[in-house]
Amino acid sequence: MAFREDQIARYSRHIILKEVGGRGQEKLLSARVLVIGAGGLGSPVAMYLAAAGVGTIGLVDMDVVDVSNLQRQIMHSQATVGVPKVVSGARTLSRMNPDVTVVPIQDRLTAENAMELFSGYDVIVDGSDNFGTRYIVNDAAFFLKKTLVSGSILRFEGQVTVLEGHTGAPCYRCLYPEAPPPGLVPSCSEAGVLGVLAGTIGTLQAAEVVKKILGVGELLTGRLLLYDALSMSFRKLRVPKDPHCALCGPKATITTVSGSSEWVCQMPAS
Amino acid sequence: MSVVVRIPTPLRKLTGNQGEVREEGGTVREILDGLESHYPGIRERLTDEAGELRRFINIYLNEEDIRFAEGLDTKVKAGDEVSIIPAIAGGAR
Repeated sequence: MAFREDQIARYSRHIILKEVGGRGQEKLLSARVLVIGAGGLGSPVAMYLAAAGVGTIGLVDMDVVDVSNLQRQIMHSQATVGVPKVVSGARTLSRMNPDVTVVPIQDRLTAENAMELFSGYDVIVDGSDNFGTRYIVNDAAFFLKKTLVSGSILRFEGQVTVLEGHTGAPCYRCLYPEAPPPGLVPSCSEAGVLGVLAGTIGTLQAAEVVKKILGVGELLTGRLLLYDALSMSFRKLRVPKDPHCALCGPKATITTVSGSSEWVCQMPAS
Repeated sequence: MSVVVRIPTPLRKLTGNQGEVREEGGTVREILDGLESHYPGIRERLTDEAGELRRFINIYLNEEDIRFAEGLDTKVKAGDEVSIIPAIAGGAR
């Protein structure tokens, strides 16, 4: 692939990095990344991937922009309140970088559509807001052997990990075998979230995606990064593969993507 | 044995907003007993009716998940750090 003059200028700070170079930039330009959730986490993920020149970015979200989103969902703006998030997001990304093809998918991710949606992408990013979706994303990514970069936020804390169950590394079910029962959990809007936390965690996810595409550095595979904004602390914990995992263990019982997304985002809380 | 227990933000209402508390005990189970006696109501967030760790909560002893050690019977020693890590799912809305 030959770079145009404007591309050499645009990506010059990447190209001079020996870990990226012209070849790495070509990899980015031909990469296809699917972002689940075009909200708090999806915004910084998609914006940094677009800026980096990731060639195709799919956005999956069924919601429209609400004014209460704007405290943290920086891909959207006052001008796009009421507009579908994937449309608002696609506008922002295309304005940032015309090299990027944005695929807006205004739909809820379900057990029925996940496999087909994921099949055209290299890396999957989970920035969703409920446990039901997280297990669907995990299972579909595992069956399709896709790397999944998972991030989640609540109040002042965030978690990031890279899930590659298909390589012998842990999957989301190894980390959390089951979702909290829906009846026990308050909604996201009740629990609250520090706006900038979405930026911190989403940007870390974007870094992992770029590293995966480039094949450089060490990913958070088999490790869980915890960030606490109040104490400004980062910690990394080891996540073992669960030999009893129902999805990726030797005696797996889950053979297809199933389950439903429901709107819960928290453990039983006080 | 006195160990530090790290409390995640969703549970801090039960600990008077403390992110770190100290508890005494020789196993993780005894540490949870101590937590419950000082902060009533916290145990049911962590364990089910049968006393087993809930499957969306992980407890780490230092850097290791106790599910892959001896579970709640995992022994602790002075200076260890016990972390409660709940699944969280926020992100898009």
